[in-house]
Amino acid sequence: MADQLRDTIPTFGEPTDVTEGAGLDNMSGLTSASFARSWGEAALLLSVAVVLIGGLEIICRVFDVPAYTFPKPSEIWTALHTHFRTLYWPHLVVTLKVLFSGYAIGATIGIILAAVITQFPFVEKIITPYILLLVTTPMIALVPLLVQKMGFGMAPRIIAVALAAGPMVMINSATGFRRTDLAKIALARSYGASTIQTFAKVRFPLALPMIIVGLMVGAIFGMLTTVGAEFVGSSDGLGTRLAFFSSRIRMADFWAVIVILAIMGILIYMFFFWVGKRWASWQT
Amino acid sequence: MEVRHASKYYKTKTGAVHALEDINLDFAPGDFTCILGPSGCGKTTLLWGLSGLHELSNGEVLLNGTPVKGPRPEIGMIFQEANLLPWRNLQKNIEFPFEIKKIDPKPYRERIQGLLDEVGLAGFENKFPRELSGGMQQRASIVRCLSYDPELILMDEPFGALDAFTRDEMNLLIQQIWMETGKTIIFVTHNVTEAIFLANKVVVMSPRPGRIAHVFDIDLPRPRTIEQTYTPEFIKVVLEIKATILHGSSPAR
Repeated sequence: MADQLRDTIPTFGEPTDVTEGAGLDNMSGLTSASFARSWGEAALLLSVAVVLIGGLEIICRVFDVPAYTFPKPSEIWTALHTHFRTLYWPHLVVTLKVLFSGYAIGATIGIILAAVITQFPFVEKIITPYILLLVTTPMIALVPLLVQKMGFGMAPRIIAVALAAGPMVMINSATGFRRTDLAKIALARSYGASTIQTFAKVRFPLALPMIIVGLMVGAIFGMLTTVGAEFVGSSDGLGTRLAFFSSRIRMADFWAVIVILAIMGILIYMFFFWVGKRWASWQT
Repeated sequence: MEVRHASKYYKTKTGAVHALEDINLDFAPGDFTCILGPSGCGKTTLLWGLSGLHELSNGEVLLNGTPVKGPRPEIGMIFQEANLLPWRNLQKNIEFPFEIKKIDPKPYRERIQGLLDEVGLAGFENKFPRELSGGMQQRASIVRCLSYDPELILMDEPFGALDAFTRDEMNLLIQQIWMETGKTIIFVTHNVTEAIFLANKVVVMSPRPGRIAHVFDIDLPRPRTIEQTYTPEFIKVVLEIKATILHGSSPAR
């Protein structure tokens, strides 16, 4: 399974014989759905990473690549650990605050709306085009508008993140809730289940795998929107650092921020992968 | 206990599909009745009407003298395919009715364990449905149904998806359970042999609109064995019933 290419949207619940311990310290979490199965495999994955990064370093040195084109990995690393506390950490905190607040609002509304709307097919028909509009329109576009009204605080960014993540969560959750298994609903009803019981014990668990997929896609969209919004309408956050460092041609710092953002994205992915395994592994 | 099934009539909402027409049946307590017919003859519709999951257009279903208006605690249902909840393990699936009914399952655990033993599922309590074979899943759903001790059991083509060997095994099990518990069972099937093997009474239905073509009483001795299904007496009944189905479902058209 480790050599198999995967889609960006994972399927959950492959039988894996993995225990914890092969998580963040090797790269297999990025390339495959299952973590490395043995220490040998982990060592192989790690050595590939070493070769890649080491190769980049050598190419940069041999061809004397200027730092404004691509800084040496060693320089990025130096920037990362010398400037992390002072230059990046305060902005990382801001980015995370915006992301979490916007995402929490958007995802909550998204799930509730999906659960309600799928009960009324006609309402769903009316609302779906607007939700699609929200999904396909980049919400970053709203930020300058909101900044005019609300200033450079966190509020415009939080709104943009909620509007980017919410519809994603909603659309996927709605697919889950629409997946009504009439036989299972009849089963619950044959025991005299109320509407609320049917929802809590049948419809919601049935929808959960799709809800988790929605939450994952929503979180990643939320992150992109957070950084983008910081770019266009903010004085703090990691997005502003990207603009700042590139304008000063401080490429090592610039790339260090990119590495931080990439790690954030991977952690989001891995978190939801774990959640899917834990709560939706019944689905094959 | 008595199931009185007075005149009934059923229409679906998609136009005027005549699913059932004026069905009159009596189910005596402790009786094993099979409802037999080709696909689309309304036998499942009839069963769902009996269970209170469907409303009837006309007529009524009486259970213990009171009309069935919705799901009743005295009725247990076994569905096509096992219909287990895939996100619950076996134990939790079996205790699902208790959860819905808000009854503490603890006093019933011993009974459930006994049932699991009887159907050969002891030791599988923590397995998930996908880890079990089709036959095991259906056995689990039988335990789920018996766990809260309903008086009347409605079975909707429960073994249709199983292979022939597993089906024989399940039929023997159902006969055994019926002989031990004396439950009233109404069993829908399109398999003639299965119907005759199991039932005291076979109700043959014909389609469009769903009607009762004939009711056969089956007096073969019990416990019946799979070998018995190949005896001349048995095959005679099979042929009789097949003739009825052919005659009943092939009017001049």
